[in-house]
Formats: sequence, structure tokens, C-alpha cells
Amino acid sequence: MLIAFYIVAALAVASAFNILILRSPVYCALSLVGCFFLLGIIFILLNNEFVAVVQVLIYAGAIMVLFLFVIMLLNLRPDSSPRSLKFGIAKILGIGLTVGILAQLIGVFGSSAAKLGPMGEYSAQRVTEEGSLEIVAELMLTEYVLPFEIISILLMVSIMGAVVLAKKRPPPEEEESQP
Amino acid sequence: MVAEQYIPVLMLLGVALGFGALFTLLGILLGPKRDTAVKKMPFESGLPSTGSGFKRYSVRFYMVALAFLIFDVEIIFFYPWAVKFREFGLYGFVVMSIFFVILVLGLVYDWRKGALEWD
Repeated sequence: MLIAFYIVAALAVASAFNILILRSPVYCALSLVGCFFLLGIIFILLNNEFVAVVQVLIYAGAIMVLFLFVIMLLNLRPDSSPRSLKFGIAKILGIGLTVGILAQLIGVFGSSAAKLGPMGEYSAQRVTEEGSLEIVAELMLTEYVLPFEIISILLMVSIMGAVVLAKKRPPPEEEESQP
Repeated sequence: MVAEQYIPVLMLLGVALGFGALFTLLGILLGPKRDTAVKKMPFESGLPSTGSGFKRYSVRFYMVALAFLIFDVEIIFFYPWAVKFREFGLYGFVVMSIFFVILVLGLVYDWRKGALEWD
């Protein structure tokens, strides 16, 4: 199991690194799909099917479709500027932020507080025994049934909002005929 | 353990990738490569490509994508219910029906506004 995790994690890091290296935004987006998919496998290795399904269906499926559509709507071409190794303010800030997050992660996961144990009502053991999907289904349909129904109103409003926003544009004759 | 149930999926993935890689590699290794200008021309209802593949797309594609996104999120909520379908019986069915009807109202709105029409 641990070996599987290391293989998948290495592949995920490699595909995340790919996003940084590739110059074409479409290839970057596809690389991100691969990264999300591998993260989904990691969630399965952690015995959490629900999060894995969300990861693949929502992130790799829906969110990345939106990313690709935004890339195509904005007409982003591959970055052809020469790579520079100069350290601008943005790079220094980025490196600082990365080191900060890394230190935070090491601090949290290195301490004894992060050890998995039977904490809370829905502990890791219970989720593993009963299955994450079953627990989510039970809570969703009993205790949280009202918030669940309200989500459908939220989704309905977002469908309508998308139509209202996108339909306001003038007839797209010019857009189509541009070379 | 959940992860063991997914070993067949992994095997299927391996077989699919293996077959793809195998035949691509066989084609590269065994196939003769004698390119001529005529051979590189498109054939069988193909046309010579004009311009770049990077083109600004119409916002109408985005509306379709958003509609897809909403129903994709809907599937996520249907999935746990489907797993526990028998336990919840009629109650679960009614709850999901309310959820579904409200979402279909959004779809009906799209339909009436002509968002599903291309023109």
C-alpha cells in the first residue's frame, strides 16, 4: 500500500511539475487533469471513496472543462517569451510563500497532534469500516436534508445566472467571422 | 479496505495503457517511414489546414459548459443516494425528487430562454 502511495505521489508531483514547465496553456490544463486524477487515486488509497469521486468527477471533469473553455475563450496562445532566470520580486515572493507553506506543513504533520486516531464522531477508523459514501449518504439524507435541498436552489440559480449573463451579449456575428 | 476493490480498475487501466503503448511502439518500430509531400497530404475527406489551432471561441460554448458543470455537480449528490438507495427507500426517493425537480426548473428556464438553441 505504501509503495502504491509513493508511486502515485511521485507521478502526481511529476505532472504538477509538468504544469510549470509546459508553455501551452492547453497542455498545462491537461497536465492538471492528470494531477487531479492521481490525487483521486491517493484518496482511494486513503479509503475515502467519496472524496476520490468528487476529485475525479468535479475537479478533473467539470472544473477542468471550465478551465479549458476559459483558455479557449481568452484565446491564450503558447507562451513564446524566452525563459529568464532573473529573480524578480514575484519569484522571490513565490519562493518565500512556498517555503512558508512547506514549513507549516512540516510543523503540522511532524508534530504528534497529527497522528491519526479515534478522534471525533467520524474518525478515520469508522470511515474505513462503514465507507465514506455510506456515511455521507446517511448524513445527507437525514440530518442535513434541508441544507441539501437548498443546494439544489443554489444550483438552479447558477444555471439561470449563467444564461442571464451570457445572453446579454450582442449577436455574435463578428466573433464568428474573425479569422 | 476500499483500495483493494479498485485493483481491477488499476488492471484495466494498465491493460488499456499497455495496448495503446504497444501498438504505437510497434507502429513506430516496424513501420517503414518514407515520407513524401504527397503522403503527408490529408486524405479521405480531409482538407489542408488553414491558420492556427488557437482561435477565440464563442461564448456560447461556455454556456453549454456551465450547464454541464451544474449537472455534473448534481451527479455528485446522486451518487451517495444511489449507494444507499435500498435503505432509504421511498423517503430517499422523495428527497431526491425534490432536489431533482428544483434543478430541472433551472433547465426549463434555460430551455425557455433559448440557451440550448445554437442561434
